[in-house]
Amino acid sequence: MKHFISTRELDKAEAISLLDATHDMAVARATKESSKTGLQGMTIANVFFEDSTRTRLSFEVAARALGADVITFTSAGSSVSKGESLKDTLKTLEAMGADAIVLRHAQSGSAETVVRSGWVGSHIVNAGDGTHEHPTQALLDAYTVRCRLLGSTSQGRDLTGVSVVIAGDVLHSRVARSNLWLLSTLGATVSVAAPISLQPRGLAGMGVQTFSTLDDALDSDPQVVMTLRVQRERMSSGFFPNESEYSRFWGMTAPRLAKLGDHAIVMHPGPMNRGLEISSSVADSARSTVTEQVTNGVAARMAVLQRIMGGNR
Amino acid sequence: MTTIVIRGARQMGGETADIVVVDGLISGEGQSTVTADRVIDASGLIALPGLVDLHTHLREPGGESSETVLTGSRAAAAGGYTAVHAMANTNPVADNAAVVERVLDLGVAAGYVTVRPVGAVTQNLDGLQLADIGAMAASRARVSVFSDDGRCVADALLMRRALEYVSTFGGVVAQHAQDPSLTVGSQMNEGVVSTELGLAGWPAVAEEAIIARDVLLAEAVGARLHVCHVSTAGAVDVLRWAKRRGITVTAEATPHHLLLTEDLARGYSPLFKVNPPLRTAEDVEAVRLGLADGTIDIVATDHAPHSVDAKEGTWADAAFGMVGLESALVVMTKALVETGLMNWQDIARVASTTPAQIGGVPGYDKPLAVGSVANITLFDPTPSTPWTADRLAGRSVNSPFQNLTLPGRVISTIFHGKETVRDGLVVAAEELMR
Repeated sequence: MKHFISTRELDKAEAISLLDATHDMAVARATKESSKTGLQGMTIANVFFEDSTRTRLSFEVAARALGADVITFTSAGSSVSKGESLKDTLKTLEAMGADAIVLRHAQSGSAETVVRSGWVGSHIVNAGDGTHEHPTQALLDAYTVRCRLLGSTSQGRDLTGVSVVIAGDVLHSRVARSNLWLLSTLGATVSVAAPISLQPRGLAGMGVQTFSTLDDALDSDPQVVMTLRVQRERMSSGFFPNESEYSRFWGMTAPRLAKLGDHAIVMHPGPMNRGLEISSSVADSARSTVTEQVTNGVAARMAVLQRIMGGNR
Repeated sequence: MTTIVIRGARQMGGETADIVVVDGLISGEGQSTVTADRVIDASGLIALPGLVDLHTHLREPGGESSETVLTGSRAAAAGGYTAVHAMANTNPVADNAAVVERVLDLGVAAGYVTVRPVGAVTQNLDGLQLADIGAMAASRARVSVFSDDGRCVADALLMRRALEYVSTFGGVVAQHAQDPSLTVGSQMNEGVVSTELGLAGWPAVAEEAIIARDVLLAEAVGARLHVCHVSTAGAVDVLRWAKRRGITVTAEATPHHLLLTEDLARGYSPLFKVNPPLRTAEDVEAVRLGLADGTIDIVATDHAPHSVDAKEGTWADAAFGMVGLESALVVMTKALVETGLMNWQDIARVASTTPAQIGGVPGYDKPLAVGSVANITLFDPTPSTPWTADRLAGRSVNSPFQNLTLPGRVISTIFHGKETVRDGLVVAAEELMR
């Protein structure tokens, strides 16, 4: 594996292998055992054309934990996000010695375009491309699900029999897409709960069951509820009327948490809008995996960087 | 006196006969005994009337890095065209007599095809106030097709006024049917593939709703309407209904919408980014059937050249559009003739006679008839070869057909009695000057 662009292209064996590698990294981190064996002497460039402090920091921590040097380029301005500038920026960073480029970009397909174009020879990691994919988020989410539901027996296993509800703005969510593909590959059943205005076309054709409201979805007794961040500008563009309606029909609240089975978990990729898509009592409850997801994110990104770059040594 | 004898071509795919061209006119068929300046062995070739494109972007003035009137004229000749309609979205916009006369003069100077300037409907294509429609109609360019192509005349009242005012001068409004509010940020056809790729969807209804509105407006004010680049099955249905109702509407389909589908967006290659977007296989089939049954009147290329830079970045950054003049006839052969939907007479109708009629281009009403202006295309339908960039003759190479195996080749194009393409190659500009 030279690049990590998409969860859609992962087969089941690769996906399980990455989850297992994530586990090894997580154990190494938790026991303070040094894992700085992997990528010493290598340079990883974090190239963020779009603000995402937590993803950027997570990749930085992961790279440093593996012994790599990190250089960071951030530019949220639209004037430099044009194709030519993307090309020139990446060529410049490669010329400075970047062995891998971790790319966050506001446009769907940007990471795939960089790989296809051959502009640079570096490894490319997709850290989120527009409304398309966020594959390391999906990996850390799947790992979190596997840890929580399967516990100490989880190594080597897939997610057969696990049912997951993704709730919220699936239309604009790269997290939802990457999760949908990875979880399905791992054998989980994925359904979606969202207003129809925020459901993309063709979900049924992708094997996804759709529910109009979160209550309808919870009646199916899922083991995992994955809430998505709501962008407030969706209200002004008419996808839904206001926050109270959203919260009423699609918010993960304490009464809804009570409807879930004993071991069911609630996830959120962060940052959360407390009181909108998730209530504080749910977010801070023992069922919430929000902070574990952040911890696991470092391990998952270590696993990915090690996987694509480790063979180069 | 210059004489060309074309030996043994099948006239629009039918009877084999010789064609004699004398001083720019088709003189006597079937009597090739004159002393010819040039004899073309056309056995096995199909003779068609010179093709007429109602929808071409020549980019000049303002976009010379991607095409000029001269380079676009060469691309047209290579594709078997003898007349093109140059769209108005240049810089400056062709919204006044000076620009359309300039484009007309550049076309005459280039000498490969008749260049008919299209005038903008609204000033600067802004959709707010009518352009100098009368002045353009009365200019030396004799503009009769008006279009804001690239943008839709979205405001219903302004569209009504445009239909009325353009009909005052005997012209036609060619509408780019795209409701702007339904397509904010849209990147590709809305459906399973847009969901998968995370690209903002471009719903079919954005095209269909405007066409439905406009045919009713055209009926209400008694004006002619032409609909550009029909791409959806629903749009074909609306047009079929309108024609049955007796509304004076004509419509065009592009070669790419007759062959390519949205699946090509997978991989995010901007070569497949176009407005309107590539649609589904069902839409392609409906557009083909619409052409075959006359619901759609013509094939028009929407030849839209773009520089390599404009087509190499991310999908959202890249420009909309594809070059299409050089490949149009081979794509029609693949999509319409080889499928049995059309014969060569039908091709002559949808790619020459009818577009000339809609655009008011004289000399195309009696294809290949004695006494007509000698605009002739000789096409070899047999070789099936990979379509490669070396078949392109304009300044830009953004062809979506590259590496597809497509049938046929334009061997010869004759414009006003002069060869502009000989043995499959575009004739040098210096030779045309002579």
